[in-house]
Amino acid sequence: MPAETLITTFYVFILAAFLGYQVISRVPPLLHTPLMSATNAISGISLVGSLVTAGAHQTLVSAILGFVAVTCATTNVVGGFVITDRMLRMFKRKAAPAPKKEEK
Amino acid sequence: MRTYFIEFTYFLASILFILGLRGMSHPESARRGMHLAEFGMLAAIIGTLLNQEIVSYEWIIAGLLLGSTLGAILGVWVPMTAMPQRTAFSHAFGALAASLVGISEYYLHGAHLGEFKMGALGFEVLLGSLTTTGSLVAFAKLQGLMPGAPTTYKGQNVFNLSLLGVTIACFIGLLINPGAAFLFYLMLVLAFIFGILLVLPIGAADMPVVIALLNSYAGLASAATGFAISNNVLIIAGTLDGGSGLILSIVMCKAMNRSITNVLFGAFGSVSETSTAGVDGQMREAELDDVAVRLAYARQAVFVPGYGMAIAQAQHVLRELGETLEERGVTVKYAIHPVAGRMPGHMNVLLAEANVPYSQLYELDHINPDLAATDVAVVIGANDVVNPDARDNPKSPIAGMPILEVDRAKAVVVLKRGKGKGFSGLENPLFYKPNCEMLYGDAKESLTHLVQAVHKA
Repeated sequence: MPAETLITTFYVFILAAFLGYQVISRVPPLLHTPLMSATNAISGISLVGSLVTAGAHQTLVSAILGFVAVTCATTNVVGGFVITDRMLRMFKRKAAPAPKKEEK
Repeated sequence: MRTYFIEFTYFLASILFILGLRGMSHPESARRGMHLAEFGMLAAIIGTLLNQEIVSYEWIIAGLLLGSTLGAILGVWVPMTAMPQRTAFSHAFGALAASLVGISEYYLHGAHLGEFKMGALGFEVLLGSLTTTGSLVAFAKLQGLMPGAPTTYKGQNVFNLSLLGVTIACFIGLLINPGAAFLFYLMLVLAFIFGILLVLPIGAADMPVVIALLNSYAGLASAATGFAISNNVLIIAGTLDGGSGLILSIVMCKAMNRSITNVLFGAFGSVSETSTAGVDGQMREAELDDVAVRLAYARQAVFVPGYGMAIAQAQHVLRELGETLEERGVTVKYAIHPVAGRMPGHMNVLLAEANVPYSQLYELDHINPDLAATDVAVVIGANDVVNPDARDNPKSPIAGMPILEVDRAKAVVVLKRGKGKGFSGLENPLFYKPNCEMLYGDAKESLTHLVQAVHKA
């Protein structure tokens, strides 16, 4: 791997770490569980690696490893996003002051 | 041209993931944010499918279909109370995916890998494998498939650390000679074993930290995959995930006033004979009708939910009690300790599921000053998070842990299944205080009876 690529990769990594810290610190404890399932779904992006492994078809072993990896990652992506949305739908503010008869 | 398009989808996905997580800073914007992230994911997948290295699609389609089905089933059917288990389970899946890609890379290119790639691949497989088995153990503990209490034996830490040492030695050996395949597979097996041994000694009450930490590892494994295949979106998403898990585990540790090392190697909860013998006085059992009257005529009532509420599935009836009280003009608040439950934010999700508006959920720092002016504090299946020993007794194992100071309230009612000790095995002096009464029995039943009694009061 050429040195420039290596350096750029590290730049991306470090900047992502700083950005991640800034973004994640602002998530209130209220949403920590949805945050976990959301980051879990997002890290299912490892699909981009496993799709290539499963489709490149260099050997049967690598294809099967790839297939299992695709299955696992897709499960996380789909399951993670579905469940995050299910949770977020439940968080309701409801009118703060006293009159509260509209929903039970 | 095609390369540009593929890279563009990755770039788009990176931006949308960041925007999506930024939306999480408020419940109002969170759903919209997640839709952005979903779109980003879709774009990245489509981009990847155009990759010229992909020559056949049958394995891909099979995997995508099977994964979507499993994901949809897990996503739709898992109840909110099982969220900690589900999260642990999905960490195992994510980590396994990263690990398998690494294994396949090594299997194909083993000896021809450069040092840097070997390093990235090593990290990927190491973190991925230990997270896979570690998360499965965490899952089994949370699901009740194995005892939640810490499993310990003599010389455990020494053994575990030596095992980790050997694993790392294999890794270093691989860096020097990437062709040494047996070192790679030995490292793989050892990492799987280490994952199990790492989580075995950790009690279920410490699971919030462990789950967050495993979340972090799973993310870092993905980031390492990104380094191994020089893919920026993987590095960014993996780092976001890793960072998020790390931040959460630090938040959880702070909320228990313990260090991560202490959680991982302290085997907390196995030590029950500690310096708590000096509790005098008696626990007093409450009359249900008295409690109801006291609640009905209170100005302010604060509910403190804990894991016991989750086990009893009592969140819905708790909300019913809260609403009944509000109709009578009582100010109702819910006090949420950061480590209540088995994962970060566990109580918030359960109460949200029961339709409690989030404006009524209060964090530790916001509710504590308010507790002295509270007429009745009701503790539902929480124990350590309201243990005044953490504040008053410097010798207590939980000394210094920030607690919800319910003992300052005018009256405290503790709903508890039985007279036994809490999960950590610690005595709780709160139960013996003159302003505290105990209401034994299943939390759901007790609360149901309370609702009826309040109606009559």
